[in-house]
Amino acid sequence: MSLLSVRDLNVTFPSEAGDVLAVRGISFDLERGRTMALVGESGSGKSVTSLAIMGLHPDLVTISGSITLDGEELLGKSDAEMSKIRGNRIAMVFQDPLSALTPVYPVGNQIVETILIHNPGTTKRDAWNRAVELLTIVGIPDAAERARAFPFEFSGGMRQRVMIAMAMANQPDIIIADEPTTALDVTIQAQVLEVLQRAQAETGAAMILITHDLGVVAGYADEVTVMYAGRPVEQGTIGDVFYHPAMPYTIGLLGTVPRLDHKSGDPLPMLEGNPPDVVHLPPGCPFVPRCPMAAPQCEQVEPELTAVGEGHTAACVRLSDVVGRAHTEIFRPPPLERTSLAAVPRADRDTVLELAGLHKHFPLLKGALYRRQVGVVKAVDGIDLDVKVGETLGLVGESGSGKSTTLLEILELLKPQRGRIMVLGRDTAALTKAERRAMRKDVQVVFQDPMAAVDPRMPVFDIIAEPLQEFGWKKAEVEARVFELLGLVGLRPEHADRFPQHFSGGQRQRIGIARALALSPSVLVLDEPVSALDVSIQAGVINLLEALQHKLHLSYVIVAHDLAVIRHISDRVAVMYLGSIVEIGDVNTVYDTPVHPYTQALISAIPIPDPDVERARQRIVLEGDLPSPSDPPTGCKFSSRCPKLALLAPAQQVQCQAEAPALEQIGEGDHQAACHFAEVLKVF
Amino acid sequence: MDIMELDLLPIEDADQAPKRIGRARLTLRRFLRNKLAVFGLCGIVLLILIAIFGPMLTGWSFDDRDKLSPLKPPNSSHWLGTTQVGRDMLALTLRGMSRSLIIGFAAATLSTLLSSVVGTASAYFGGWVERVLLWITDLMLVIPTMLIIGVLMRGGVSGDLAWVLLALLLGLFGWMTTGRVVRSLTLSLKNREYVLAAKYMGLPAWRIILRHILPNISSLMIVDLTLGVGYAVLGETGLSFLGLGVQAPDVSLGTLISEGAVLVPTYNWVFLAPSVVLVFLVFCINSVGDGVRDALDPSSQSGGVVGGKPRRGKGREDVPAKGTGLPGGIGQAGGATTMSEDNTPQGGAQ
Repeated sequence: MSLLSVRDLNVTFPSEAGDVLAVRGISFDLERGRTMALVGESGSGKSVTSLAIMGLHPDLVTISGSITLDGEELLGKSDAEMSKIRGNRIAMVFQDPLSALTPVYPVGNQIVETILIHNPGTTKRDAWNRAVELLTIVGIPDAAERARAFPFEFSGGMRQRVMIAMAMANQPDIIIADEPTTALDVTIQAQVLEVLQRAQAETGAAMILITHDLGVVAGYADEVTVMYAGRPVEQGTIGDVFYHPAMPYTIGLLGTVPRLDHKSGDPLPMLEGNPPDVVHLPPGCPFVPRCPMAAPQCEQVEPELTAVGEGHTAACVRLSDVVGRAHTEIFRPPPLERTSLAAVPRADRDTVLELAGLHKHFPLLKGALYRRQVGVVKAVDGIDLDVKVGETLGLVGESGSGKSTTLLEILELLKPQRGRIMVLGRDTAALTKAERRAMRKDVQVVFQDPMAAVDPRMPVFDIIAEPLQEFGWKKAEVEARVFELLGLVGLRPEHADRFPQHFSGGQRQRIGIARALALSPSVLVLDEPVSALDVSIQAGVINLLEALQHKLHLSYVIVAHDLAVIRHISDRVAVMYLGSIVEIGDVNTVYDTPVHPYTQALISAIPIPDPDVERARQRIVLEGDLPSPSDPPTGCKFSSRCPKLALLAPAQQVQCQAEAPALEQIGEGDHQAACHFAEVLKVF
Repeated sequence: MDIMELDLLPIEDADQAPKRIGRARLTLRRFLRNKLAVFGLCGIVLLILIAIFGPMLTGWSFDDRDKLSPLKPPNSSHWLGTTQVGRDMLALTLRGMSRSLIIGFAAATLSTLLSSVVGTASAYFGGWVERVLLWITDLMLVIPTMLIIGVLMRGGVSGDLAWVLLALLLGLFGWMTTGRVVRSLTLSLKNREYVLAAKYMGLPAWRIILRHILPNISSLMIVDLTLGVGYAVLGETGLSFLGLGVQAPDVSLGTLISEGAVLVPTYNWVFLAPSVVLVFLVFCINSVGDGVRDALDPSSQSGGVVGGKPRRGKGREDVPAKGTGLPGGIGQAGGATTMSEDNTPQGGAQ
């Protein structure tokens, strides 16, 4: 008998428009010690399934089917009965470590609470000792001391470790990890995933891993269930699903992800369209509108999971036609019209944006009445960049490295605290107010969050027309231009009258891009433009950005935490650490032959969506968190976390800790790095 | 079938958007589901209609004196009885009610306007503007409002126009709490990306406030306005009761209750009519206020139940599934609700 057995689980929510069929008939078995990944886009029912197992849905929600734990039926248990199971036999690690811990109690007390509730016989002292032991296992330094600290005294990664310690506290049978690393930096993600694996090994628990990151799945899962519109569409072992996917959706999903380990230069194959509305599902396969293989018979009945191989099932009517076809045969990448600029060498192109010695320091103030300065946060600490016409520069680094501050400094178009910002050859420090306003036309921005980037109270037409009206365009011109822009970003004219809430994330991001392009800027600043989007939608936006660049000769400055996206879209990349650039150069050179230990660690931390490659990789896991930017280490700022430092001779170590390295040319081409002991290391 | 043929298959347009329920329609529907609020709304409309058209039907004007029948209980000529000097209670109550309503609405509108201006301006501009405005707000929060209004009323206009001054003062002294709430909401909206985008598009500050900030906190302002009417009516009656509000010969519910209070043991109808109207009026206003608040709040329970009656329209509404009932508005400042998946990696940063 399986440890956890879910049969024909259905979960339905009420809503204004009708019932939301969030989960429609999922079944799976999970054995002790195994890890199953639930994969799918937002709204596909992954989290809803895990909440149903935990019994955490409110009473309004209707749940049917069967969930058995060691043969014991969980559905229909009262909340009081479920409380005995939750935290004891099934534990959960949530996505947001910030809100998953109670802010008013020390973390040790919260673990003790979990232990005492399920083991009334334990003494407080024993429970405390156990809590300290757990914190040590998950890698919290000075656990005895830190157990008395409050959640706000921990960084995000450390909080997630505490969550994992809490989940392990009662030796659970099952750990459910719902997007456990989505809110964390890649370097921290690698640490946390390692801890999660250790926790699983320690407790022997089964794990349900919910994630949208196919790289994480490739590295850690044994089995995969792919969900679409509330239904499982493919189930199998990791190898089956990644190497022999049978359902077109899985094939599309795996193919649209940009790869970290090689650059194609061609557009990404796209999975067009959006996930369906689970309130009014038409009969037939819900994937039909997006499926290039759709045939008339697909629209009649929704296919059941059928066996493709041993322990590998997929739900598709045309399985026999699909199996064995290569990804690119099914999902064709759109054609890309290349610009004439591509032929012009970089050195001969005009510079559109230039930063020289840019500084942005924030004063650190203390005191209520009389605020005195107690320190300075060096968010951006002297960076030099230049961006040529038609070129994309990617900025990467952990959060807190100063990427976003750099973007905001560019967008403000003010005189920087120190250094110089030149836009199209003009120094922003010398601009009058009117000139600065006029220059805003040349530098526009696309933000991360498609929910927040457009005003929800304005129809699309008004959103896109706003910058035009502001710059005094005539009514008729505005109208023509808005419709032109809608077409440019792949939206239809009738979309102009709708409100942003009627659009999906990807479409909203297109609206944001249309608005940014309205005034024909030369530089587009993109702050995490695709990180909030689902994998399948992401490819469409990336392709659009590339096509626009070729068509309009735009220059992009893009910040993204996903290094694979950066590799795909950028021509050059700059790696930032604590406000400084540590390595910069041509994107392929930097990724294939990184010389700075930080770049190496960063690239090595990104999981690759290919199980064999991913599991064979040697990973460099950085110790600890980013140091506070108000108190960076002396000498080389990276010296406190540098994995290379320990391997150096004592005299060399002293040099690292005393003397800050400057950017130096590496090799022949476009490649510079700031490390005293730069050395190429293969990271794939 | 060959791959080439497959390409020619028509791919149904994924966003053939189903007819959506408009936001106003949705709010109305949620409001109508709250029976008490609907009752309150009917009550207010009824009272307003009575206040407007009632005097034409009673036969008595509020300042008429029936010298022959002082302090008479309700009878066929005076439906609600008369006062000591023979004024018709019904006519007086109707007049008092319309005064109280006008003062209530005027004062609430004024205070809502003030709170939105001060709140948004202090948060958006920051710096010394914020310091000065906050200083004024805090100062006004600590002074005894009722006392000051009383003193100002004494020294101010007397006679027919006293109610205008009263409405003005009630409005001027009633905006501070909401002003602070508006300020904190604006602080969170100020760093929303669409506000930043507008700024980097070159929009001037006042335009950003009018176009991007105020509309997005409008639900708060509507709730504040409705609840504010109730507070203003109560404030007006309280002051008038103490003789500091509406001046004779003009009447309001407060002056009527004050006159009637001394006669309660013997001639209770003089007290009863205005107090019942006051209680009913404030009850109606507050239930409407609560109803509006729940209708605008996506996390409230006005979303219906599973298997509920199929409703009109085929639109989709993401309220329970994704928590997007109030897109970008005040309801979801955190951006993430418990059930949402795949949130932005650095989301929730406020």
